[in-house]
Amino acid sequence: MRPIDWLTQVLEVVAALAVAPLFQGWVNQCRAWLQNRRAPPLWQVYRGIRKLFHKDAVIATNASPLFRVAPYVVFATMLTAAAVIPSMGTRLPFSPAADAIALVGLFATARMFLALAAMDVGTPFGTLGARREMMVGFLAEPALLMVIFVAALISSTTALPSISERLATGPLVLSPSLAFTGVAFTMVLLAENGRLPIDNPATHLELTMIHEAMLLEYSARHLALMEFASALKLMNYACIGFALFVPWGSATGAAGPFALAAAIPALAVKLLVAGAALALIETASAKLRVFRAPEFLATAFLFAVLGMLVHLLLGA
Amino acid sequence: MGLKDWLAVSVPFADDPAIRRLRVGAPEWRRLAEDVAASGGRLLALWGQDATAGHPAVFAAYQTAAGLWVGELRRDVPEAPDDSYPGLQDLYPFAGRLQRAIRDLHGLRSSDPDDRPWLRHPAAQAYEFVRVEGDGVHEIPVGPVHAGIIEPGHFRFSVVGEKVLRLEARLGYTHKGIERRFADFGALDGCRLAARVSGDSAVAFSWAYCIALEAQWRVAIPRRAQWLRALALELERIANHLGDLGALGNDAGFAFGLAQFSRLKERVLRATESTLGQRYPMDWVVPGGVAHELPGAAATALDRCLADVVAESGVLRGIYDEHAGVRDRFAGTGAIAPELAARLGLAGLAGRASGQAHDLRIDLRYPPYEELRPAICGALSGDVAARVAVRFDELQESCRLVRRILAGLPSGDSRVAILPPSSDGFGIGAVEGWRGPVLVALATAAGGRIRRCHPHDPSWQNWPALEHAVIDNIVPDFPLINKSFNLSYSGHDL
Repeated sequence: MRPIDWLTQVLEVVAALAVAPLFQGWVNQCRAWLQNRRAPPLWQVYRGIRKLFHKDAVIATNASPLFRVAPYVVFATMLTAAAVIPSMGTRLPFSPAADAIALVGLFATARMFLALAAMDVGTPFGTLGARREMMVGFLAEPALLMVIFVAALISSTTALPSISERLATGPLVLSPSLAFTGVAFTMVLLAENGRLPIDNPATHLELTMIHEAMLLEYSARHLALMEFASALKLMNYACIGFALFVPWGSATGAAGPFALAAAIPALAVKLLVAGAALALIETASAKLRVFRAPEFLATAFLFAVLGMLVHLLLGA
Repeated sequence: MGLKDWLAVSVPFADDPAIRRLRVGAPEWRRLAEDVAASGGRLLALWGQDATAGHPAVFAAYQTAAGLWVGELRRDVPEAPDDSYPGLQDLYPFAGRLQRAIRDLHGLRSSDPDDRPWLRHPAAQAYEFVRVEGDGVHEIPVGPVHAGIIEPGHFRFSVVGEKVLRLEARLGYTHKGIERRFADFGALDGCRLAARVSGDSAVAFSWAYCIALEAQWRVAIPRRAQWLRALALELERIANHLGDLGALGNDAGFAFGLAQFSRLKERVLRATESTLGQRYPMDWVVPGGVAHELPGAAATALDRCLADVVAESGVLRGIYDEHAGVRDRFAGTGAIAPELAARLGLAGLAGRASGQAHDLRIDLRYPPYEELRPAICGALSGDVAARVAVRFDELQESCRLVRRILAGLPSGDSRVAILPPSSDGFGIGAVEGWRGPVLVALATAAGGRIRRCHPHDPSWQNWPALEHAVIDNIVPDFPLINKSFNLSYSGHDL
């Protein structure tokens, strides 16, 4: 391991922490513009998190220790995931710790703690949200795994940095299998991050919520960590998407400090474009009925399978 | 007895042949309700009074083919051995809650079996919801404190998975004693309180109040004032429909709709402010006419604003109709079939969306609507999509009416002096507000004091219907269905 690899690693984690709320703020801004509204400032998400950290936590009297621990676990899981995902460079000292399949497991761990904590206090909305989240989760996970398998088949490895490096350094060809899996991945991203058309992050109607319903009992620092974790999760998914489908621009192989310096603006540009695209998708769609979610995610799975078939049959 | 026989024993109010009063005993109270129901009439309101207003009595207002009828049953000479008056819940299902409210407020008991308190919430007594038994059935209690900033109400869902088996609402959290407060006012000032019963129906309530007052004091209102009142009522309808259409889009996750319709609503509110002096015209309709003359250039600006609203809402309607996701959420959701709507007495906008062609502006032909001739807008499917469609139609129709009023406003006074007579009086006023028929019953004493005033919001009719609309729908569709009715808590709880 070279010192520059460690520098890349530290930079990635710090950048994820710093940029995740900004990225969410950017999506919110684009959404507001697309709806002809005046947008909140880019750092509004930071302000919200800062405000929450200054408040006193109120915890239900019958909450178990699990309820208090869950925000830290969820946040730590998302931060670990950020350390494994190659957003700027591919030679990450941390990356042998978890391959792409373990990454899906990390997300599942966070989901499990979130759902358990939501049911812990025993309010009807927590359980309502938890059971909907599990329904979305168990349909989204296979689709996400299938997406990763396609990329792994193409590059003959399940380590995310190696996949990314091979795709980036290979010849620039339009790969139909990656195009199919790209669609599948976008659909999974929408579902897993509680975005429209599966869940509405802006809703105040407790009966329609999925993600928000699980957080209704949280306040102050716990809520701040949960909010921060969901911003990190969105950022992580975006970075997985970049690593698989637009790996160009990040520092690959034995690149020097200049490549790393170039990787930072490249990531910024990718995030700007991805955020605007996400806002566009969300603005153009209405929320699906809960029972349409399985159809939506089955379609995502189908696209991923198509991607795999195209790769296996056509070798493309 | 047929309607004709009842007509013979009734007396007209304030010489108006279309509004008649019937003093009945307990057996006739029941028979009158049966005969009205058999002839296709409907119950508009049911209220009571106690000794503070003279003598204890219950009143029922019916809309029949022969006009508005008010039945009065005096309760100072109890007849039934158990001291209860005959209940009407089997004929008009929503009467059950009204009877429970009468019992809470005045202590007069009906013979119907459900005697749980309704507006009164005794701390010592837990409210008994109807329980649904079965495998996998569980309850979701929602409210009265909600995650969003809305009025308080409690909803008890019995569900299997996401499917709603039963919904039972409990209201009364905004009960603030408005009816009792009326008695502190002079009849001329009471209009201001009436306008504040439910803020979204300010014009409807204040107009209905003024009709009730002016009829019993025998005041003739100038034609110009009546046109100006209709102007405000239609602007209120336009603003509320625009707000609801945006909110319905938002509840389907289509925030674009909310942003666009909010923009249009804001334009209408600002035009209303520059024309009538208030964004929500609470003090526009006053006894004797309207508050003031229209300012000079306001008419042209308002006309231009509404021309834009017509054009832009047409485009937005196209977007709502074409958008697959929105369409999927609206169509078939929260449906009430016309037969059920007729049985429940579904009123107003929601009723028209379920094939109930009732509109007081057309049925009663009160001035100036006999000249303006509004078209009735309706649908048959009774789902959220139908209620959206009726809102779009009425929006266009109300814009047409306002522009017609602005173009053909009669000349003359817009207000006449009004003085209290030296005798007691009783009057009824009914107006088709944006939500449905708004009725105000007003009893005044000599010298212009209010003896008793009962404002009736059409939400009373439609809250029980909401419970039917959500059956067999899924839990997350409830907010959308609820919004498509958009019923008042404040106007209901009083």
